[in-house]
Amino acid sequence: MIYARRAWIVLWKDALAERRSKEALNALFFFTLLLLFIFQFTLGGDRERLADALPGLLWLGFVLSGLVGLGRAFLTERDHDCWEGLLLSPGDKSAIYLGKLAGNLLLMLLVEAITLVLFGVFFNLDVGRHLPALAGVVVLGTVGFAAVGTLFAAMTAQVRARELLFPVLLLPVLVPVLLASVKATEAVLAGEGLSGVTHWLKLLAAADAVYVAVGVLTFDAILEG
Amino acid sequence: MNRTLGWLVVLGLVAGLVMSFGVAPRDAAQGNVQRIMYLHVPSVLVAYLAFAVVLVASIVYLMTRREAADRIGHASAEVGVLFTAITITSGAIWGKPTWGTWWTWDARLTSVAVLFVMYLGYLLVRGMVDDRERAARYSAVVGIVAALDVPLVHFSVYWWRTLHQPPTMLKPGPSTMPGVFATTLLVNLAVLALVYVFLVSKRVRLLRREEEALA
Repeated sequence: MIYARRAWIVLWKDALAERRSKEALNALFFFTLLLLFIFQFTLGGDRERLADALPGLLWLGFVLSGLVGLGRAFLTERDHDCWEGLLLSPGDKSAIYLGKLAGNLLLMLLVEAITLVLFGVFFNLDVGRHLPALAGVVVLGTVGFAAVGTLFAAMTAQVRARELLFPVLLLPVLVPVLLASVKATEAVLAGEGLSGVTHWLKLLAAADAVYVAVGVLTFDAILEG
Repeated sequence: MNRTLGWLVVLGLVAGLVMSFGVAPRDAAQGNVQRIMYLHVPSVLVAYLAFAVVLVASIVYLMTRREAADRIGHASAEVGVLFTAITITSGAIWGKPTWGTWWTWDARLTSVAVLFVMYLGYLLVRGMVDDRERAARYSAVVGIVAALDVPLVHFSVYWWRTLHQPPTMLKPGPSTMPGVFATTLLVNLAVLALVYVFLVSKRVRLLRREEEALA
């Protein structure tokens, strides 16, 4: 009970700071908008080609904005010398991990929801029709993404070449999550539903469980500084 | 002890070469190119062994904080990356005459490539974190995440696409490989495993000396 409350306090603190500054959300919204421009410019105006590439583009957008968003997850703690505060907090440190993970998840899901709407407007993606299945896939994929991302963000926050090391570490690990999410999204957008891709969904669920478990178990070793 | 091991490695490598080029006959379908298998298959198996050792060493380090475990993990990861590189290179040389291409995004090629970049990341963490103790903790976490990711990568990439010939030896049912081919393969596997042990023990010693020199 106290454990859950500790995680909740970390989440509440991050959400409050974000609500007051709106730093991450504003920047990420703008970043996503720019990504759509870049997709359009680099792939040209061919609507059919765009439609074929849509599931991949969607996840490319999620990954890029996720890298930017997650990479700064522990920067407040580092820049404002609050790292010691986290270290000094009593009890099991993995509660901090879960709180941070929940905060990151919230932020990423918000950005992804905005991205979906933007895709609907600019690339003619019929979000409404596929919504329940699509939301399920997005949530499953994002949990795995955020779980490793939060762990590695805490790790790289204290490293010199942070901006470089974070994506280089994160992207190879996320290969299974990406493959599964893109394949499942493809099926959903093609109107086939989720029945044909249950093996991918199971893989995503397994990946989520593994990553969250590893994060909970090893976060203590990273927080030490 | 180390010197004896070194000579054993030399003898073993000679024996492996004699087996691969002298004793084992020319493959009827693929010709001499098939002999690359005697390097390719043992290399990838030894690489997997090396990464399994990294996983165990990482867990032991996080639990006991003994520097010896960290050094073994570090050395094993380096040698594992080396063997992964040998696997990919020898596979490409085999693939060009056999499949007509150096590289293809086949399932097993892709999963070994992902493994390669994951453990390069592990070594990168080591290089980029200045504080030794912190580098040990961070890379131990990466070593654990990477190893647990291996089965996920394996399945995802396998479902994604597959073209590679299925394993001939490590599969249920009796092996279809003729005896002398299998023997040659096993001899080379033993030799490369010996090379692995030799390199890791050398590297661990070097790491210990480096720390002593810095202390």
